Amino acid sequence: MTGTLEGCAGPGFGSVPRKEDGRFVRGRGRFVDDIALPGMLHGAVLRSPYAHARIRAVDATAAESHPKVRAVITGETLAARGMAWMPTFSHDVAAVLATDKVRYQGQEVAFVVAEDRYAARDALALIDVDYEPLPPVVDARLALSPEAPVIRDDLLDRTDNHVFDWETGDADATAALFARAAHVSECDLVYPRVHPAPLETCGTVADFDRISGKLTVHATAQAPHAHRMLYARIAGIPEHRIRIIAPDIGGGFGNKVGMYPGYLCAVVGSIVTGAPVKWVEDRSENLMSTSFARDFHMHGEIAADADGHILAIRVSVLADHGAFNATAQPSKFPAGFFGVFTGSYDIAAAHCRVTGVYTNKAPGGVAYACSFRVTEAVYLVERLVDVLARDTGRDAAELRMANLLTPDRFPFRSATGWEYDSGDYPRALRTALEMADYPSVRAEQKDRWAAFERTGKGPLTGVGMSVFTEAVGAGPRRLMDIMGLGMADGAELRVHPTGSAVLRLSCMSQGQGHETTFAQIVSHELGLPVDAVEVIQGDTDNTPFGLGTYGSRSTPVSGAAASVAAGKVREQARQVAAVLLEVAADDLRWDVGTGTADGGSFSVAGVPGVSVSLREIAMAAHGGLDLPDGVEGQLAASTVYNPPNLTFPFGAYVCVVDVDPGTGEVEVRRFVAVDDCGVRINPMIVEGQIHGGLADGIGMALMELVAFDDDGNHLSASFMDYLLPTAMECPPWELAATVTPSPHHPLGAKGVGESATVGSPPAVVNAVLDAIGVRHADMPLTPAHVWRALQGRPIRPDIAIR
Amino acid sequence: MQVPAFFEYQRATSVAHVVTLLERFGPEARIVAGGHSLIPMMKLRLAQPELLVDVNDLHELAGITVEDGVLRIGALTRHAELLASPLAGEHFPILHDAERVIADPVVRNRGTIGGSVCQADPSEDLSGVFTALRAVAVVRGVDGDRTVPMREFFHGPYETAVRPAEILVELRVPLQPGAGSAYVKVDRRVGDWAVAAAGAVVSLGPGGVVEQVGIGLTAVGDADFTAVEAEDLLRGRVADEYTFAAAGEAAATHCRPVADQRGPVDYKRHLAGELTVRALRDATARAHRGGSTE
Ligand SMILES: Cc1cc2nc3c(=O)[nH]c(=O)nc-3n(C[C@H](O)[C@H](O)[C@H](O)COP(=O)(O)OP(=O)(O)OC[C@H]3O[C@@H](n4cnc5c(N)ncnc54)[C@H](O)[C@@H]3O)c2cc1C
Repeated sequence: MTGTLEGCAGPGFGSVPRKEDGRFVRGRGRFVDDIALPGMLHGAVLRSPYAHARIRAVDATAAESHPKVRAVITGETLAARGMAWMPTFSHDVAAVLATDKVRYQGQEVAFVVAEDRYAARDALALIDVDYEPLPPVVDARLALSPEAPVIRDDLLDRTDNHVFDWETGDADATAALFARAAHVSECDLVYPRVHPAPLETCGTVADFDRISGKLTVHATAQAPHAHRMLYARIAGIPEHRIRIIAPDIGGGFGNKVGMYPGYLCAVVGSIVTGAPVKWVEDRSENLMSTSFARDFHMHGEIAADADGHILAIRVSVLADHGAFNATAQPSKFPAGFFGVFTGSYDIAAAHCRVTGVYTNKAPGGVAYACSFRVTEAVYLVERLVDVLARDTGRDAAELRMANLLTPDRFPFRSATGWEYDSGDYPRALRTALEMADYPSVRAEQKDRWAAFERTGKGPLTGVGMSVFTEAVGAGPRRLMDIMGLGMADGAELRVHPTGSAVLRLSCMSQGQGHETTFAQIVSHELGLPVDAVEVIQGDTDNTPFGLGTYGSRSTPVSGAAASVAAGKVREQARQVAAVLLEVAADDLRWDVGTGTADGGSFSVAGVPGVSVSLREIAMAAHGGLDLPDGVEGQLAASTVYNPPNLTFPFGAYVCVVDVDPGTGEVEVRRFVAVDDCGVRINPMIVEGQIHGGLADGIGMALMELVAFDDDGNHLSASFMDYLLPTAMECPPWELAATVTPSPHHPLGAKGVGESATVGSPPAVVNAVLDAIGVRHADMPLTPAHVWRALQGRPIRPDIAIR
Repeated sequence: MQVPAFFEYQRATSVAHVVTLLERFGPEARIVAGGHSLIPMMKLRLAQPELLVDVNDLHELAGITVEDGVLRIGALTRHAELLASPLAGEHFPILHDAERVIADPVVRNRGTIGGSVCQADPSEDLSGVFTALRAVAVVRGVDGDRTVPMREFFHGPYETAVRPAEILVELRVPLQPGAGSAYVKVDRRVGDWAVAAAGAVVSLGPGGVVEQVGIGLTAVGDADFTAVEAEDLLRGRVADEYTFAAAGEAAATHCRPVADQRGPVDYKRHLAGELTVRALRDATARAHRGGSTE
């Protein structure tokens, strides 16, 4: 469904083409690797071949004498500057360059700066590292066993690989409901390790000016302002002498939130050589060493009464955090927002316990369009509901419908304490089931199953669904911070004398279309054409402070900030208009107009024909007009928006698959997605976000996986091994929208960037398992996994296939 | 960014020139055709040739023709050309079946038939196809041409009968009028290498009896990409579901797959059987129609 939607009227909103696409479709985007500064040098990282080994010695003399090498940086070099370790987002430290041990394959050991990228790579082979291999911890389930080697012996008094315990919900109330439940279903589910795998890998050009002492970092940074503070803390350069510039970014999905050793090494490389240093990682480096996602081993229990009403859910989770606890999430939420695992249902009590462990794998843990682990939560509850349906002989759709929260329950406080802002879940599910023609798919499925039982041949058909609730737009600063930085966003808007405008944002697009959506917000508030609003982002010297773009927070937080700033400018304009028209400001009525270059206008109530346009007001505000006290002149405003709550977008998805039981191959035949993200500012962009997320979901459900062998070797370090879905695996998406505005967002909008990534994997998995009649098997459901599940011997995805 | 180590580069002007260069530079010289296997290995520095001999100008190596009852496919023929060739498809639908599932259009536009078989990757689809077809490779060196049956061409992973100072010139496939052929592959995703794949070429005699049959298996550990036991079992028997099942079982029993992230051994073994059956079924159906796909 495209075009106009309920709730998106007026100038500004609507499916206008993306302003940024003019340069992208012409190949004129400017990404980090397109930047070439005079005298620029090139960096390359030497990485550990071992998952776990002690470093006895690093000898860089041969590399240093390579004629084109200008510097070799080792852990020792960094230690001398107090930079060998850096703080993580999760109250831990991580090695920049290894000094004592390497703790995962691909970990950074040394950094070469050379005159060209070929020489930099050549010189890596000249560095001699003396390793003493140690037994690695690969299987997260063995990480806490007494025999497991201690990975983090750098930390004082460490005797095991335990990172944290965290719990939420009411254990006693939950136990009481379980005790009187007519039925309890249990299931072990692994949400395996996957990777955001943005098309553009991470990279930087660091440029330290020895004269001014100013460091300029061009980087793939989803959160430029947070990065500036991190550079200040780690490198000891005062924050006002650091400028982060994020140019065009080719996809992030959370992968470009964190601070990576390569960035810091490039900075040190620039400091020691006095020249700009570029470092851009290759595909293998990106897949092996940068923030992964998920890796949650979950045990879920769901209790229901005899009528199929869900009473309670209980979960225990083992979370594999890799070698350093570096998950990027609000610091009081060690398991992210996993606490929303009660999903879209009316559940009286719930409890969850999460234990994090260290393993010899890359750190990270939240990235990949997950809304801070809402992905895992949604997968858990949507799988459990299907298991319950199967165990109790109920239809999956009917069971959901009977348990969904109804619209009258909002705002709704969940059993784990989350306040859902608004929703109409039954309408979304009804719409999706109608679009899918659910009864006829069920009938077809029955016929195919009967034929299979007769002939032993497929295909088998399955239908799966999910009704997900997202939790996005972090977040209220009193609850949510990243490294002490509250998650409020600034925005600054200036209307120029001739009536065009510039909006400066703290968030940073990685392809989401901010230049268009945010211009539309200003257009909506001031009546200016979308093209008359320039959106500036990514440059910390030219944008206000804020926490960046991830967790679907841009529209909920920065979008609200833009709206508020524009509202302030409109009120300034009203004061100026009052002077121009010689009336009291209160007698002026705002008319947003039709989106012409004149912008909206103020007219005098009850006096037809007397009005002044925003364009005229802008000129007057910059001119010689005598303004009353308290009206400063010019049209400019800034704001800091502190969201009162998260927004809770939701949706209902139905997936239809065909499975070849002879080979285990799955074909996703149909995918119906009904999304509700409140008011849609640009429905086309929203649909684009949904398309991408649905493809992600098919990827994770059917093929994406980061696996390790017994020695901790990374088995997914290229796109030949880490499979991303292509257009061939994606059916024509069947989309629809319902609009339930957020009551607390100034525009009624909710975030949508991650909805489909969060909501689609369980729909696909449920469909495949429904087709083959298997209670549970873990993602990714590759042909081998499906076939083995059919044999009753499912494959454990988190360890290498043997 | 992945970048290769230092190497020299020569653009060959004739096949003779190639042989001369290879002869002069020894085993550290490598032919580059489409580069879709070699260049990635160089970027990962798994291959570090000192000299690349570029054969892309050698039109004498390109082209698909039928002469004297033989389909001749030049080594420099691109995957896309083979896929688009009515001549190839008319005689051996297996070639189109396979080309449709090899890589993606971008790789197929550039990658060559010669490069594919000379790469000798254990998962290379065309290896199973040409062994099923009993094709013959023509290899040229300083002493002129010699021929190698494809069933003797592969000497283990990444090893072939082509010697350091030789070049594969063309593949010759004897026409088999009336034979049906087919190729089936299971991959985890379009463009992925095979988890397992099977090709079959079936000639039927009176009464639907199998006169001649070739079965190629890819990615299941057969060094020569051939299911000889299944072929032996089929010859002289009626081509029906029962026989196919027996042949599938033989293929499954005798293959030697190894476990990797594409799948465990039992699954790959199962696939070897299942896909052998399916390829035989399709090839036989085509044989009944005189070899064509329609
Ligand atoms: C993304 C991707 C996906 C792929 N998927 C598949 C797939 O699904 N199935 C499949 O079968 N293949 C697949 N391939 C492999 C592809 O088919 C081969 O890489 C390619 O066709 C090899 O041919 P080339 O011309 O590129 O060889 P090159 O890379 O140029 O050469 C490969 C090797 O052959 C040698 N060589 C080349 N020509 C000659 C000659 N005439 N004489 C002697 N030696 C020669 C070279 O020296 C080199 O050692 C894939 C490749 C990529 C990049």
